[in-house]
Amino acid sequence: MKRILATISFVVFISWLLGACSGTSNGDAVSRRLTVFAAVSLTDAFTEMGKAFESEHPGVIVAFNFGGSQNLRTQIEQGALADVFASGNGREMDTLAAQKLVDAGAPKSFLTNQLVIILPENNPADVVTLDDLARPGLKLVFAAEEVPAGIYARQVLDNLNGVYGADFKNQVLANVVSNEDNIRQALTKVQLGEADASIVYVSDAVAVPELQKIEIPADVNVIAEYPIAPLVESENSDLANEFIDYVLSPEGQATLKKWGFTPIVP
Amino acid sequence: MKVAWLLMSQLRKPFFQSRLSPLTEWLFVLPSLLLLALLALPILALLWRAGTDGMLSLIAQPSAIAALRLSLLTSTLSTLIAIATGTPLAFVLARRKFAGKTFLELVIDLPIVLPPSVAGIALLIAFGRQGVFGAWLNAIGITLPFTTTAVVLAQTFVSAPLFVRAARIGFAEIDHKIVEAAYVEGSNEWQLFRYLMFPLAGRAILSGAILAWTRAIGEFGATILFAGNLEGVTQTMPLAIYLGLERSLGIALALSTVLVFVSVLLLLVTRRLEDHKDGSTN
Repeated sequence: MKRILATISFVVFISWLLGACSGTSNGDAVSRRLTVFAAVSLTDAFTEMGKAFESEHPGVIVAFNFGGSQNLRTQIEQGALADVFASGNGREMDTLAAQKLVDAGAPKSFLTNQLVIILPENNPADVVTLDDLARPGLKLVFAAEEVPAGIYARQVLDNLNGVYGADFKNQVLANVVSNEDNIRQALTKVQLGEADASIVYVSDAVAVPELQKIEIPADVNVIAEYPIAPLVESENSDLANEFIDYVLSPEGQATLKKWGFTPIVP
Repeated sequence: MKVAWLLMSQLRKPFFQSRLSPLTEWLFVLPSLLLLALLALPILALLWRAGTDGMLSLIAQPSAIAALRLSLLTSTLSTLIAIATGTPLAFVLARRKFAGKTFLELVIDLPIVLPPSVAGIALLIAFGRQGVFGAWLNAIGITLPFTTTAVVLAQTFVSAPLFVRAARIGFAEIDHKIVEAAYVEGSNEWQLFRYLMFPLAGRAILSGAILAWTRAIGEFGATILFAGNLEGVTQTMPLAIYLGLERSLGIALALSTVLVFVSVLLLLVTRRLEDHKDGSTN
């Protein structure tokens, strides 16, 4: 008797687990799943948009995979099933287009983003101006050179060479104690006070309001354009296009603006 | 391969020398082959790709060499720390009974089953610059995160418990009669440890050390969270493989191949030690 009960409860448990996997909580509504691979900086904005999209499309579940754009690109190349890709830069999208994983004309820019310097709440290293970043002994944590945000941050340093002298970038990079896998990891290290400063997207800084910020002047800042596209191998291309339309709609753009991005559709 | 060969030879002989029907035999062989395929095919594919595409030459890249050197240095250091601190601990655990021992053993074993990412966050919260204890260290000028020391600490955290476990079992397995005889002969606890128990448990200690070393070399999650990622300072082989995947699959494959060979080698040595032990007791 005990054994039968144990078997029954095990079977119930397993079917509950399987139910969780497929995401079908209600059996009667036919549910479809839209898988969106998005740059990690979009985490808050896209999660909010996903919920709005779900409520407009009953029976649709939007599943997100947030990560460094270069990571997501690799996953898609290796055959990960995705319907939509929203990248932090054009390079990863172009790489996919070159392999015919995305139609060449498909990617649309849907927002721009800029960079800002963030400091922990208590600013332990007393960083006040941009050129303080070159002060020896500072602990900086950047996104790695492979990550779009990491590339932009180094471009900003290139631009600042024109202001503070040709060696400025090298001096700043000498203070880098870690190259993180994605921009949110760098942000977390600053948030925890483990790093003295980082260069992140304005939108990342909006997500963590308690951080101190130093603005980067417009003439040396970099404007990052994010492209979005449906994937050729998507089995839900109708839904994928509807989601992209939603991102570009006034409602979607308003959500992006709320999270610190600059909308591209006026 | 040895296992596969054994399985194949068993196909011709009935299992357990009993009279199982061919159907029953397949009931054993088929699931075994499925699991073996899952375990062996990825490694074979990895080696095959690395070999055919001539990617092994990429191992000579400066970043790959730096990762290799750092991995060897840190894993050796963390294993030495595990031996130096874990042997006394294992000895005490094997010899003494005291209140809270079960709880202590639980604390020691916990990192073995803990996800490495949890270990990394815990280390950061404890020993980070603004961490619970790290703030004190920071006050006297010691900062751990983003240093090679942090890599060693992360590796020790996840690998030392394996060593303690192996050494403790080694000490506990020593025949009580021998220990008692030594007592009768008038040896004290230090002499007992130095001249009797340490040599007798030597094999267990060595295989525990190798096990810990393998685990330390493979450490990833705790390292990337607690020590970060900087070439030559904190970027060990597993980190270089993970982050190199986006830059060039070739470097990742080459480094993976090296790690596979190192792991196989270490496993063979542990196997040897265990075989010898079985031989001596039989």
